[in-house]
Amino acid sequence: MTAVDASSTLTPPVSDSDHAQGAGNAKVTLVEYGDYECSYCGRAYPIVKQLQQALGTQLRFVFRNFPLSQSHPHALHAAIAAETVGVKSEDAFWGMHDALYEHQNALDDEDLARYAAALGVPASEVINAFAGGSEVKRVRADFRGGVRSGVNGTPTFFVNGERYDGNWTDVESFASVLRSAAKSHRPRTS
Amino acid sequence: MAPTNHTKARELLAIGTEAPDFTLNSTPDQKVSLSDFRGRPVVLVFYPADWSPVCGDQVALYNEMLAEFTESNAQLLGISVDGAWCHLAFAKDRRLHFPLLADFEPKGEVSRKYGAYHDDQGESARALFVIDANGIIRWNHLSPDGVNPGADGILRALDALTPEERGSATAGSTS
Repeated sequence: MTAVDASSTLTPPVSDSDHAQGAGNAKVTLVEYGDYECSYCGRAYPIVKQLQQALGTQLRFVFRNFPLSQSHPHALHAAIAAETVGVKSEDAFWGMHDALYEHQNALDDEDLARYAAALGVPASEVINAFAGGSEVKRVRADFRGGVRSGVNGTPTFFVNGERYDGNWTDVESFASVLRSAAKSHRPRTS
Repeated sequence: MAPTNHTKARELLAIGTEAPDFTLNSTPDQKVSLSDFRGRPVVLVFYPADWSPVCGDQVALYNEMLAEFTESNAQLLGISVDGAWCHLAFAKDRRLHFPLLADFEPKGEVSRKYGAYHDDQGESARALFVIDANGIIRWNHLSPDGVNPGADGILRALDALTPEERGSATAGSTS
């Protein structure tokens, strides 16, 4: 099996509506489909931070939702809460994203509301969002896009639009994959 | 995860052939036949074993996608050689909301009919079929046992069905 499966291409591609850290013209875009309650995603969280440090401005990191809500009973509400906070600002979204991965054992609705409040988003907005609305639709759309892109579990990573099936638990080897993707990067002409 | 080197399953039953009917237990006291779903597409998922890590991920994914399958008017059915009591415990533990059928006695008979059985392991292969509303196989896929095939292939196959193959006259009437 090759590390990048050519048959699994990110659909839809990364756009301005995604949550991204790093510049749009970075040489490498790393997309993670993640679930806030998934323990493997919890393991990936500090690894992504280390990759961001290692690659610096060469890397743009994008997070999309892939909650397995039947396996992980808190995952869907956690994703909705992060999207609700994200309406305020990108910084707030990433603050929530980090808070959730740093507190994977405390993801009850009250916990989610508390983390949101600490980022300046009223608890009531988060609670109301659970009932349905644009944040729920966004989470659902992320999930559908993930399935179409060949995501079959979490975390699933895409490197410059192609699914990465190699080892992500070793920072050095993952960083070298990203560095070689940066070298073969061709700037978009459009 | 590295693909395993078990002997290959026999050739999967080919696209364009009629899907053999079967009747299997879905619970210790309920039986399900393929022909029960005539008039709707069926997604038939053969998998090696309840509880194994890859199977668990695979069925968990499909379980999250029931709304998408329903939009295509399709019914999802899982099949392995595990017994109905095992399926019951697995479905309860994983909160699965689609039938798991027990290809248990005679063991693996239905899996063999579809070319989706590993004789040396005594388990179903990791094989997927999309069967149209008229009972014709329209898509198949065999994965290495250690590889979760995901759902993108299933969704593309369902998208490719004609309205007639989808039985769309009755679309939305079932859930």
